Formats: sequence, C-alpha cells, structure tokens
Amino acid sequence: MQQIIFFFIRNKNFLLFALLFLISVHLTIQTHSFHSNTYVSSANVVTGGVYSVRNDITDYFGLENENERLANENIRLHTQIERLRNATPVPPPDSSLLPTKFQFRGAKVINNTYSRSKNYLTLNKGISDGLKIDMGVIASNGIVGIVNNVSSRYATVQSILNTESQINVKLKKSNHFGSLVWNTKEPNTAQLIDVNRLAPVQFGDTIVTGGKSTIFPEGIMVGTIIDFKVGENDSYQIDVKLSNDMTSLDHVYIIENLDVTEIRSLEKEVYNAEQ
Amino acid sequence: MQNSDFLLNTVRFILLVLVQVLVLNHVNFLGYVNPYLYVLFILVFPLDGNKTLLLLLSFILGLTIDIFSNSGGVHAAASITIAYIRPVVLKFAFGVSYEYNMVKINKVPANERLTYIVVLVVLHHLVLFSLEIFSFSHILLILKSTLFSGIFSTILVFCTLLLFSRKNQ
Repeated sequence: MQQIIFFFIRNKNFLLFALLFLISVHLTIQTHSFHSNTYVSSANVVTGGVYSVRNDITDYFGLENENERLANENIRLHTQIERLRNATPVPPPDSSLLPTKFQFRGAKVINNTYSRSKNYLTLNKGISDGLKIDMGVIASNGIVGIVNNVSSRYATVQSILNTESQINVKLKKSNHFGSLVWNTKEPNTAQLIDVNRLAPVQFGDTIVTGGKSTIFPEGIMVGTIIDFKVGENDSYQIDVKLSNDMTSLDHVYIIENLDVTEIRSLEKEVYNAEQ
Repeated sequence: MQNSDFLLNTVRFILLVLVQVLVLNHVNFLGYVNPYLYVLFILVFPLDGNKTLLLLLSFILGLTIDIFSNSGGVHAAASITIAYIRPVVLKFAFGVSYEYNMVKINKVPANERLTYIVVLVVLHHLVLFSLEIFSFSHILLILKSTLFSGIFSTILVFCTLLLFSRKNQ
C-alpha cells in the first residue's frame, strides 16, 4: 500500500499531465461530432460578452461597406418583386399573408474565423431570441453555415468552411444534386462532390442549395463553378467560387423551418417501422 | 509563490488571453498564419515555481483560448505538453547554470534564450496543429502550419521579452 502511495507521489506530475492530456484529447474529439460540444464553445456569457464589446468598437470601421452591401441586396430584392408583380396577371395577394414554412431572423456576427481547418462563427443571438441548433444561416450573398450550439444570448455556427460540413446543393440549370464540402485550401473556394458524370457541367454555372434538407430553403445562392474534372467513382470534382465573402461577414439571417418537427417525427416513424 | 508573483502572473494571464483572442487570432497573415503569443506565460513562469501548479495553470490557459476559439481542447493539450517538457528543455538550453538555479530569462545570452523559445514554441505548435487537423494524410499541412506560425510566434515572443525586460532593469 505504502509503495503505491509513494509511486503516486513520485509520479504526480506525470499522472496529472496524462490526465489533463486525455481530457484535452477527449474535448478535441468531441468537437468532431456535430452536436455534442456543449461546454467548450464560445456561445457562453463571458466569451460572448468579450466578443460583443470588441464588435461594438470595430463595427464603425466597416459601416460603409455594410451599407453598400445592404443597399445592393435591396436593389436585388426590389427588382425581383417588380418582376414577380409584372409576371402575375391577377392583382398579387399581400405577400405578408401568404403561408411560408420558413421564418427569418437577423443577427450579427461577433466572431469569425476562416484560417483553420474547422471554422466557426459566433452570433449575438441565442435561445432567448428563438434560435435553435440546426437552423441555417445565410448572408445577403449566399449561405454561411449551420447553427451548432446555442446559449441563452449567443450562438455558434459551423461555417461551410469546416471539414465536417457537408451541405446538399444542386446545379441551378439542370437540378443535378451534389454535396458541398471544403478542402481547407482557400477561404473563397469550396468543393462540390458526388455530382453524376452525366450532368452537364460548365464553367460559370450557378450552384444553389437543394431542397432536400430541412435546414435551407431551396434555391439559395452558393456560388459559381470555376473549375471541374472527372474524379473517381464516375463523379465530378468541382471547384465552386463562393458568392459570399466568408472573410467579411457582418449581418446574417437565420432561417427556421417551421415544419421541421413534423418532418423529423415522420422520418423517425418510418425509421422505427423499418427496424 | 509570493504575493507579488501571484498578482503579476494573474495580470499576465488575463492580458495574454485578451491579446490572443481579440487581436492575434485575427491576424491571418497570408491567409492562415496566426502567431500564438500566449505560450509566453508558460515560458516565463518562475523557473523554480511549483511544477504541478504550472501544469494546472497551463491547462486552464489553453482551455480558455479553446473556449474563445471553439477548438475543443487542442490549445489545452499543446500547453500542458510544453509545461510538462519545460524542465527538460531548460536543462538542454541553459545547461549547468539551470541546475544551480542561476538562470534569469532576461539575463541569459541571446542564443541560449532563442534555443529555449524555439524548441518550446515548435513543440507547442506541432501538438496544436496535429490535433487540430487530426489526419495523417495532411502531414504536410501540419508541418507547413507549424513552420510558418512557429517563425511568427518566435519573433513575437522574443520581441515581447525584449520589450518588457527593459523595464525591470
């Protein structure tokens, strides 16, 4: 017994080191799965608060660009409304009364990384503003990522610039589906995989989100094709230039799918029936 | 540890964390190179200080950086590794004078100080990027990140030491 106690005392530093190292590795591996990193994340009051203060200060330097971006988005949306109005022969109904299954919320990015292999953003909205895990996040020019962690006032977003991200997208022209992933090389280029070799792919083709997931509505801008080649398994390897500048994000929109619980419970029923 | 030491280390801890997460994590030189100045805390921790305490403090330091940057436990793992290895590196860099407790980081010759910094910084970055990237097929990316960030961090640590050692004399 005495021997064992002496052993512990003699090697206490090594044992402490081993214990702490195991904890760290455990925490690291935990972040590799999407839902479980609940306690080591910047969606908490202290870190969120610190990032908010910094954001309050640095905000003023980017106001001009931000205004321009919002003005451009307004122009685009106004044009779209005008086109829709002209295309409808009958007087259009009041669009605020039309049913929709998606609800949009605004938020500000208070921390953004894009230089690592697994990138996350922190937003200044949380559970108290109605945010939940698995909601989609877009900016005025295209998709940004998916909410992966929320606290009462802050949320973290798994960016599309993250090797764990895989998003269902399609070619706008031909509706061929594929998955958007990232190879960590460039913060403005993502990779489109699993597109069948028979799909007509051309330089400059537009990529938009597909409607197959419950996270993003169909047809949200992703980017344009800048390079492609036929890889293994008879599918294309496509480089997509992202329409969004992921290195400068400020205002983003969070999308909630109001039907998500219904869809999930239905899918679960089917899954359980198969078992 | 004495009272003034305690205060000095607390202030240093908080300042280094704030500088790291608010400024240095957003440098992104050449797109992906960031310096990690916070290792300075471990480097200048009193050389005759309690080793168990240093291990615990390094873990908390690394974990704080991890929480701010959503990186799991990679900074914590890298920090405790160099905290544990530090006595060996001290002996390697400063030789016999370390064993007689004669070493003051600010007063040793520049080349010995540089060896000490480079070895610990490179080791820290190697563990950091290996765990962060976590794949043997990206070993080149790990080495590249370690090299570039390592150079950047070493220069920054060295300059910070120079800058703050003046005041003490």
